Amino acid sequence: MDINNIISPELLDAFIKFGINLLIIILKIVIVLAIGLLHVAYATYFERKVIGHMQVRLGPMRVGWHGLLQPFADGLKLFFKEDLVPANADKVVFYIAPIIFMAASMVNLSVIPFSYSFTIADFKISPVIADINIGLLFIFAMAGIGVYGIFIAGWASNSKYAFLGGIRSAAQVISYEIAMGLSLVGVMIMAGSLNLTDIVRAQEESVFGMFAIPQIVGFVIFTIAAVAETNRTPFDMPEAESELVAGYFTEYSGFRFALFFLGEYIAMIIMASMATICFLGGWTIPWYIKVVPFIKYVPGIVWFLMKVYAFFFFFYWIRATLPRYRYDQVMGIGWKILIPVALANILVTGLVKIIITTLNGV
Amino acid sequence: MIQKEAEKIFETRELNVNMGPQHPATHGVLRLVLDIDGETIVKVTPYVGYLHRGIEKLGESLSYFQALPLTDRMDYVSAMSNNIGYVVAVEKLFGIEAPERAKFIRTIVGEMSRISNHLLWLATHALDIGAMTVFLYCFREREWLLDLFEMICGARLTVTYPRVGGVRNDVPQEFLESLWKFTDEFPSRILEYETLIDQNRIWLQRTVGIGVISAEEAVNMGMTGPTLRGSGVPYDIRKHKPYDAYDKVEFDVPIGTTGDTYDRYRCRMLELRQSNNIIRQLIEKLPPGPVMAEDPKFILPPKDKMIPITHPTKDLAYFILEKACKGCGMCMRACPAKAITGEKKAPHKINQALCVNCATCLVTCKFKSATVVPGGKGLSDEKLAELAVAPDQLPEDIKQAQQLLVRQFEFIKKGPKAPEGELYVATEVPKGELGFYFVSDGTGKPFRMRLRAPSFIHASCLPRLCVGHLVADVIAAIGTIDIVLGECDR
Repeated sequence: MDINNIISPELLDAFIKFGINLLIIILKIVIVLAIGLLHVAYATYFERKVIGHMQVRLGPMRVGWHGLLQPFADGLKLFFKEDLVPANADKVVFYIAPIIFMAASMVNLSVIPFSYSFTIADFKISPVIADINIGLLFIFAMAGIGVYGIFIAGWASNSKYAFLGGIRSAAQVISYEIAMGLSLVGVMIMAGSLNLTDIVRAQEESVFGMFAIPQIVGFVIFTIAAVAETNRTPFDMPEAESELVAGYFTEYSGFRFALFFLGEYIAMIIMASMATICFLGGWTIPWYIKVVPFIKYVPGIVWFLMKVYAFFFFFYWIRATLPRYRYDQVMGIGWKILIPVALANILVTGLVKIIITTLNGV
Repeated sequence: MIQKEAEKIFETRELNVNMGPQHPATHGVLRLVLDIDGETIVKVTPYVGYLHRGIEKLGESLSYFQALPLTDRMDYVSAMSNNIGYVVAVEKLFGIEAPERAKFIRTIVGEMSRISNHLLWLATHALDIGAMTVFLYCFREREWLLDLFEMICGARLTVTYPRVGGVRNDVPQEFLESLWKFTDEFPSRILEYETLIDQNRIWLQRTVGIGVISAEEAVNMGMTGPTLRGSGVPYDIRKHKPYDAYDKVEFDVPIGTTGDTYDRYRCRMLELRQSNNIIRQLIEKLPPGPVMAEDPKFILPPKDKMIPITHPTKDLAYFILEKACKGCGMCMRACPAKAITGEKKAPHKINQALCVNCATCLVTCKFKSATVVPGGKGLSDEKLAELAVAPDQLPEDIKQAQQLLVRQFEFIKKGPKAPEGELYVATEVPKGELGFYFVSDGTGKPFRMRLRAPSFIHASCLPRLCVGHLVADVIAAIGTIDIVLGECDR
């Protein structure tokens, strides 16, 4: 029996196309997850090496050449550690808290575009899992869900340190999310879109090549808020080691702790990628740098990663240099400085935009 | 009615948090019970005693000269200063005068100890507030100082280098050269720490106006050392009641004005520079001469004089003369190797296979029956009995060594007798005023030894410093009073 008798050739064609598209999406997910997790592993290594050299020591040196296998050794160790649950903990919530946190930060990887789209055998492949129009909003929403993970982890542990850490974290992340959202409104106004790919495209077409130059105020606010959002020094209140032992994950051990750890580093990657995409021009290079011969042959993903890692280095640099703020000071900076300045920035950006469009219209 | 019930249901209480004894920032095993309202401290109750080892009581069962190593274990961060404090107190009790060179060396190592203590304080204080890099920078220089300690006495932390009547041994020339190099470089290193925190806005926000205590209150609470001087009271025992060589050097006593955490930090940073200066002056003026007082009553006999009978490689055997032995059993009980056997009132015998040549029998025997046979190693008992002579007919060097050995035993076991009376002597250790109070009943051991430990008094000031501030400020307050729980609990 001929197959063509059952299904029409058009339908079969559509079917095969759908199958291939599905395969491409699955492939993309696998690649992004694998590479994303590898980056997390080596972000810890990079951090330890960078801070080590800043602090007149060497960092990991034992496992593999210059400690290159250290992240795997750590992961393996955490995997085989005993999974302790405090006797009075709310068990179900205690179990799901790290999963919520981890999932909420990992999902963000799906909307981050990494490079130019390219074509293989008639299939247009854009290097992003989900090219949605509300990419920025999606990331904010997921960051909001991640707070639940932190907060219920602190609550379910039934420990006072974890509880205090959870409360601090919830308060801090929520207040800095506002500042961060407001700092990005300027970018949205300039790009006219919430789609991350469109934002990058808008920067490539703009005179400045990247929004960090016209939106310098927004960029500074975003950077500060990103540090606070990822709970890193000098805003590492929720896990202030010297005060709250380890903050909201004090009672977690073994792989549940590793999930929090991974989630935090993924959040760092997301924040660095956001900064790269929204302010530094993503995988594109400004026209004034393109003037340099041969530089345009460097693939977009290399530019992207370079910018992301530069941002990472900045995170580490801050951590090695600055002392920690106090809780009330952190909230004060967020509410009294960052949010008003971000609002003023929106006002100015909007006014300039109106003026430019009116002038163009005339 | 309804309101009352509502109040009952929605009654608010302070959260009660146990900080310590295991906590990353309590500098040991300090336990603080905090009552917090939100993040504000309502009440702080410090509990101490988790590291209590009974040093004061142990001191009563050891002779004045034996108790010295105990002081290492008090403030293990600056053991040298504690040693000096004890040694100065005991010297005063016995009326011993240490030679000039020993005094200079003691002052040098005391100031080195002050620097290494302040470095550790700065490292941990900064780490508590979150400045991680300062921690490792400080440890780099502290390591240098600890290596220098190792060079003069073989130990890095529990040094026991100063002795009653001087110091254990003279310092080598390399030590002085390396220390001089250190003092050359150290001021620039202090600047390096200060670039990271001194004018750092976050540091200032975390320390200025935190834990303020007025001069009057600080004096009333018994604060001493830099913790007191931060409030503007220029009280320094090195200046007001100089001991050792402090009257021969010039230095300033840095004081603060407002008495907050930042002032105390500044005081200690300036003290680092002063200590560096003191060491330089002392190295320049270091006089030649002996390093131990020449009073045989108070010092152990030199070990090399005892070599003829104590050196393990010497070819000799110990033997008990049958004729002289009354069978009292003294040597049998004293022998550490249990090599001596025998019935009561019958001559005892040494089992040569078990004997470890420690000469204990020689010292304990009151009837001059235990003797030593030069060249008697590995000989049979009959042969030894043939060769053995009474102790007073032995060669002169062996006889002298034996006498010294007896003296050493007396010295260690009983200790020289102290004059009767009471005595309080205080010295300025890095943490404040460390006082030793002795009650002597005229024997070789103190009737009562009491320590005034600055850490203990400073720990009691914590509630005063913390109440009204936030949780994060408790950490800053613990850091700023610079306590070590080994000294606090004693």
